Amino acid sequence: MENIIKASAGQRGDKVRSDCYIEIELAKPGGIKITGKSKVEAMYGDSIKKQLLDMCGFFELSDASIYLEDNGALPFVLAARFELAVKRLLPKCEKEYLLPVNKKNVYPSKIDRLRRSRLYLPGNEPKFFVNAGLHNPDGIILDLEDSVAHTEKDAAQLIVRNALRSVEFYGAEKMVRINQLPRGLEDLKYIVPHNVHVILIPKCESAGQVQQVEQEVDRLKKEYNVKNEIYFMPIVESALSVIRAYEIASASKNICALTIGLEDYTADIGTQRTNEGKESFFARSMVVNAAKAAGVQAIDTVFSDVNDMEALRQSVIEAKSLGFEGKGCIHPRQIQVVHEAFAPTPEEITKAKKIVLAFEEAKKQGLGVVSLGSKMIDAPVVKRALRSIDLALQNNLIDGKWREN
Amino acid sequence: MKLIKNSAGRFVPDQINGKKQIPFKGVDKHKPTGYKAKPAIKTCIDYPSDGNKIVKSLKDALTKAGLKDGMTISTHHHLRNGDVLTNYLFDTIKQMGVKNIRWFPSASFPCHQHLIKYLEDGTIHHIEGSMNGPLGRFTTEGNMKGVGVLRSHGGRYQSVQDGEVHIDIAVIAAPTADPFGNSNGVTGKSASGLIGFALADSEYADNVIVVTDNLVPFPCVPWQIQGNNVDYVVQIDSLGDSSKIVSGTTEITKSPDRLLIAEYVAQFIDEAGIMKDGFSFQAGSGGTNLAFVLFLKERMKAKGVKARFVRGGSTKYLVQLLEEGLTDYILDGQTFDLEGVRSMRENPNHVNTSPFTSYNFHGKGNFASIVDTAVLGATEVDVNFNANVVSHSDGYLLHGIGGWQNCLYSKCTILAIPSFRDRIPVILDDVTTLCGPGELVDVIITERGIAINPKRKDLLAKLKKSSLPIKPIKEIRDEVNDICGGAPQKPKVNKNKVVAVVKWIDGTLLDSVFQVEK
Repeated sequence: MENIIKASAGQRGDKVRSDCYIEIELAKPGGIKITGKSKVEAMYGDSIKKQLLDMCGFFELSDASIYLEDNGALPFVLAARFELAVKRLLPKCEKEYLLPVNKKNVYPSKIDRLRRSRLYLPGNEPKFFVNAGLHNPDGIILDLEDSVAHTEKDAAQLIVRNALRSVEFYGAEKMVRINQLPRGLEDLKYIVPHNVHVILIPKCESAGQVQQVEQEVDRLKKEYNVKNEIYFMPIVESALSVIRAYEIASASKNICALTIGLEDYTADIGTQRTNEGKESFFARSMVVNAAKAAGVQAIDTVFSDVNDMEALRQSVIEAKSLGFEGKGCIHPRQIQVVHEAFAPTPEEITKAKKIVLAFEEAKKQGLGVVSLGSKMIDAPVVKRALRSIDLALQNNLIDGKWREN
Repeated sequence: MKLIKNSAGRFVPDQINGKKQIPFKGVDKHKPTGYKAKPAIKTCIDYPSDGNKIVKSLKDALTKAGLKDGMTISTHHHLRNGDVLTNYLFDTIKQMGVKNIRWFPSASFPCHQHLIKYLEDGTIHHIEGSMNGPLGRFTTEGNMKGVGVLRSHGGRYQSVQDGEVHIDIAVIAAPTADPFGNSNGVTGKSASGLIGFALADSEYADNVIVVTDNLVPFPCVPWQIQGNNVDYVVQIDSLGDSSKIVSGTTEITKSPDRLLIAEYVAQFIDEAGIMKDGFSFQAGSGGTNLAFVLFLKERMKAKGVKARFVRGGSTKYLVQLLEEGLTDYILDGQTFDLEGVRSMRENPNHVNTSPFTSYNFHGKGNFASIVDTAVLGATEVDVNFNANVVSHSDGYLLHGIGGWQNCLYSKCTILAIPSFRDRIPVILDDVTTLCGPGELVDVIITERGIAINPKRKDLLAKLKKSSLPIKPIKEIRDEVNDICGGAPQKPKVNKNKVVAVVKWIDGTLLDSVFQVEK
């Protein structure tokens, strides 16, 4: 077999933005030669050259020609593309070129935090990453699975790894959708050590698959001394998976939510998605019931018509009525609509306020029983009311001083 | 040529193209006195008594107008990127063997890259107007024979009125005209809505040539340009590509980040108390600027608020405001789409304006300062709220000033801009080219935060409890620098070679554009 002496990585062409294309060719002795062009040469030419030379040193390239076509790639993108070219050139290289962790991006999550909206971002398209958090999704999903071409799976792993370290997501929960097992297990080492909150497990069909992921995560957490909790969100996407929904939802104490993917599911049962959604009613109700039985959140599928905000709103209202607490988004403009539609109604808020006040009053007086007027209030009713108030606060429908008004 | 430091701290030449210059003295500090420029006395008996001023070709008209080397020839930009006439005009001038023309357009567009060969061969000496796209690149690389002059729409009027620029021949593209020279832009296959940018030219130039592809019998009504100011009328087949003159429709940006900025703008205008009955605003033409109109409209409807007038560039979105009764008037300087043209033709409350009414420095008052808020763009801003619209951070000229400088005089000037583009920070320590002094910029709205000029204590107080992400401008700059990998380098330029100058609205020199070293 001939030795590879040239490899490339990244994206090129007129339409490419915030990305770059890199070729590395091993050369006869003669040092490092850098050619090519950058759209931001005047602003960051020196910085780009420095970064390239630094990476050459890190990967111990001493004699190589490097060709760059840069359309404004940010440093974390440039680094990922360069590293990929090196690894395609030298498949045995195991070194990782890690940029410092952005301190603003280190924050914990909670197993029961709000997950009304989760925004899917294609894992190999870094141009969508940097502003994603500004649209205030509860979570962002860096996707390694269906949105990434098979030939670019290795590229997405590095981009996602670097993004988890470098890109600020402004408080959004950081989720990654790995590939279907067993391939997905290979993805974990690129994300577990790098400050991920939730791992989405696609096409999950058994508790065993969740446990496989959990074992590998635990192993990596130990190896890399990772302290933060990492939660799982299995995705139900087949008939078998629907039937085993409860088994899946209760497979690990770190499962935070169960969700559903309808494209694969409807294909699996031999039908098509319709707007009415009769074909998926059973599956969605199964997911809600399995999730609630297991004590985790039930999250609905994505809504894919990005131009029809009214249909999205109706779809969220329907999902809420079925018992779902969140919806998948594929465009930032969907986020606000989803939040509004999941928000409690004015009637719900009024009722919740009364219940919470009664509950707090009872607690203050040391009473074991909460009552409102002549009615006793059960604990789950209080819990739901607290949740409504919390949602109302997060949606700016009431403020922190609501008790005084 | 000697460089002098002006009051904004920028280095500007003491003279350009052989004429002595006045450096910028500060906002509202320069006040020329004396008398305005005056056109020559003409007498109607020298013109055909039947009112027929038609000559058979543009070449004939130019010959009759006495075209010769070194003259100043003006055109206007209402045909925008569909303009064929200007290119044809210079083809004709080249054919006639005339050299060293000073081209004085109200703006240039990418279609004018056709003229680069005439800049190279000396037919055109230099441009005073705007140098967009390929012309900007040509100029910035130091290839133009003279020094380019960038002026605002108002500044162009000022330069004509106070005699800084004397137009020898004005060539006016008229979508409809009669043989007497009365012209308008609202009808005809090349309709552009209006032709107000040619008004000063028609009044002050020694010779005025109207060129039309839609000749109608006298009278051409409305006469946005008066035939009484016109010397010759030329009929040609086509003024331009109508699909590029006005677009069929103007579309709102689909970028979620730009839409977020637009939402912030609408919320800001509402919460700052600007959006109230009888208010007024100006919207620029960019995607973000159009989008904010839609968000503002929702808020106006929800609160039952109506505007007294809005300032265009008009689009269908402004037309909808007018037709839905949310504004009494559109005061329009140029129409961007077919709906704008239709509305101007049909609706007397959609009013045709010119830089004279809108932005005139030598007028007895200024519309621009009556407007409650103007929402504009910029290529760069700096931490002192100074802004740039003509060049990019690589030092290259790319856009004209348009009415931008003039609009800065609104009661609340908002720049709605992304905080960075790809890897190009938009908030800098110091703008590459100064076009707007920071004291006139009140608010900068980006997707990452909103910076209010510290001198606007009233706005800061009003927005104190707002949910908007209001931050010091340096905080936004720092965040952007973190994302982009540090503060950007400055472009490498030849500080001894001024390729163009930016004039302030009063005719003084605000900044220089230097040759970029390749």
